[in-house]
Amino acid sequence: MLAFLIRRLLYTLPIMFGVALVCFSLVHLAPGDPLVSVLPPDASVELQNQLRTLYGFDRPLPEQFAGWVWRALQGDLGTSIATNRPVTDEVLRAVVNTLRLAVVATVIGFLLGCLFGFVAGYFQNSWVDKAASFTAVLGVSVPHYWLGMVLVIVFSSLLFWLPPSGAGPGGSDLWKWDWAHIQHLILPALTMSVIPMGIIARTVRALVAEILAQEFVVGLRAKGLTDLGVFLHVVKNAAPTALAVMGLQLGYLLGGSILIETVFAWPGTGFLLNAAIFQRDLPLLQGSILVLAIFFVLLNLVVDVMQTLLDPRIARA
Amino acid sequence: MLHVAVDPSKVPAVAFERSPGYWQTVGRRLLRDRVAMGAALVLLLLLVLAVFGPLLAPADPYKASMLSRLKPIGTPNFPLGTDELGRDMLSRLMVGARLSLFMGITPVVCAFVLGSMIGIVAGYAGGRTNTVVMRTIDVFYAFPSVLLAIALSGALGAGITNSLISLTVVFIPPIARVAESVTTQIRNRDFVEAARASGAGAFTIVRVHVLGNVLGPIFVYATSLVAVSMILASGLSFLGLGVKPPEPEWGLMLNTLRTAIYTQPWIAALPGVMIFATSIAFNLLSDGLRSAMEIKS
Repeated sequence: MLAFLIRRLLYTLPIMFGVALVCFSLVHLAPGDPLVSVLPPDASVELQNQLRTLYGFDRPLPEQFAGWVWRALQGDLGTSIATNRPVTDEVLRAVVNTLRLAVVATVIGFLLGCLFGFVAGYFQNSWVDKAASFTAVLGVSVPHYWLGMVLVIVFSSLLFWLPPSGAGPGGSDLWKWDWAHIQHLILPALTMSVIPMGIIARTVRALVAEILAQEFVVGLRAKGLTDLGVFLHVVKNAAPTALAVMGLQLGYLLGGSILIETVFAWPGTGFLLNAAIFQRDLPLLQGSILVLAIFFVLLNLVVDVMQTLLDPRIARA
Repeated sequence: MLHVAVDPSKVPAVAFERSPGYWQTVGRRLLRDRVAMGAALVLLLLLVLAVFGPLLAPADPYKASMLSRLKPIGTPNFPLGTDELGRDMLSRLMVGARLSLFMGITPVVCAFVLGSMIGIVAGYAGGRTNTVVMRTIDVFYAFPSVLLAIALSGALGAGITNSLISLTVVFIPPIARVAESVTTQIRNRDFVEAARASGAGAFTIVRVHVLGNVLGPIFVYATSLVAVSMILASGLSFLGLGVKPPEPEWGLMLNTLRTAIYTQPWIAALPGVMIFATSIAFNLLSDGLRSAMEIKS
């Protein structure tokens, strides 16, 4: 067990290094001078050189990379070119907003996905199964940014039930768990929950079908267990995998929230990324992608470890 | 979120002991699958639109008119209404099929070619080559797909080529992983051993004995990625990172029509219906293809 943990941890380090390298290279993939957005078009060569030294773009690339990683390890991701504020502050503020949205969406998706998946797996090939499986296909096929638009059309534009955008009344991004704020959360969270719903439903259906086909289930029934008793055994066997899928989905939602955040003007990391891209704010772009990717790698690590702890069969294999 | 994780249930098993009529059997089983055939019919219609769209469209999809902006669905001459610049929606949706399908399918095709090459080389070579190649692939795999696509497009800048490049990069790692794992399964089989013993070189073995066995499963896996690719490609255009105006492309149309969701909400939602239909059809056809290949002897 300990050996597994150490091996898994050691495997993560080079991946993190690679991820940092890719994030760093993004800036140099970009055509043109990285300072183009801050420099006035008629900037003198002197000013250009001064700024280049200030941002460290005049150093050799390996040195820039080493410096960037070293500062990032200490929590300093540089200064946003557009707002002149520390990138770390901007990213952290946004991450909290995205995390709130993603967690709520994952919970909704997980509950609905498990419901559909269990029903479909239990009554295999019945019409319930077909309906549930078809819903799951719809869930993974829908362009979620479009679904967001449709929900805004129905619930904001036609019914006036819910606000179309923002994270709170008056565009505030200070969160409170009151009704006014929760109203803003409903539509984006529902939109976001559709994909994990579809994926979890498909996974759970396959798991339940597989478990029900195993001999121990026949054994349990022969022993005289009620349907509920058998059901509990199925849940226990399906839980580790289902939870692992849920954990990974949370990571995908965090990293992939940009489209939904754009539709709902939700002040999270996706919104920040969007701004960074269109203002060509490269330190912000680099920093926010690094934070999201590292978060994703760590989440993968946690999910793997949790799954092994919950299901000792994996570590033994 | 849409992530292109390697889902083992999406990769059909390698059929080592295939009877001579294997592909005929797969074809026959697929033809009997009503859902898959329905999906195939939808895709065929879309393909017809993609090829002949400009000829079939009732009006010029680029012709704007300030007087007929945002006409509702059912207006004479404009059966599906007009967009925010007064262009005929029906024509734009029809002509848009070409660019939208091109943007969605091309990255998967490119990634299929490149990813298979990388995966087969890594899987067949084994040893240190395999470790180096696959660990590099792992780094790209460590990014959530949507984030990687947007980060690359954002860094490279908007445009058709850049959007195709970033999506190809997103799809190479999962395809390479699948290719590597099926190739590794083949490499230790007796017939490969026999070919090696009879003096065949690595290139000949890969061409004659490996490719024929691995391309089928990799291809079926790749088809399951097309739906995701369609959604992501349109998503990039939706963000303003893909196709540029005034080209008709469904994601971009969805973006420019966002201003109209309070005045003509159903017109604003139309391009998304096209993306949704395409993506469902690809998912159902890919599911059907995979179950047709699962032949139990």
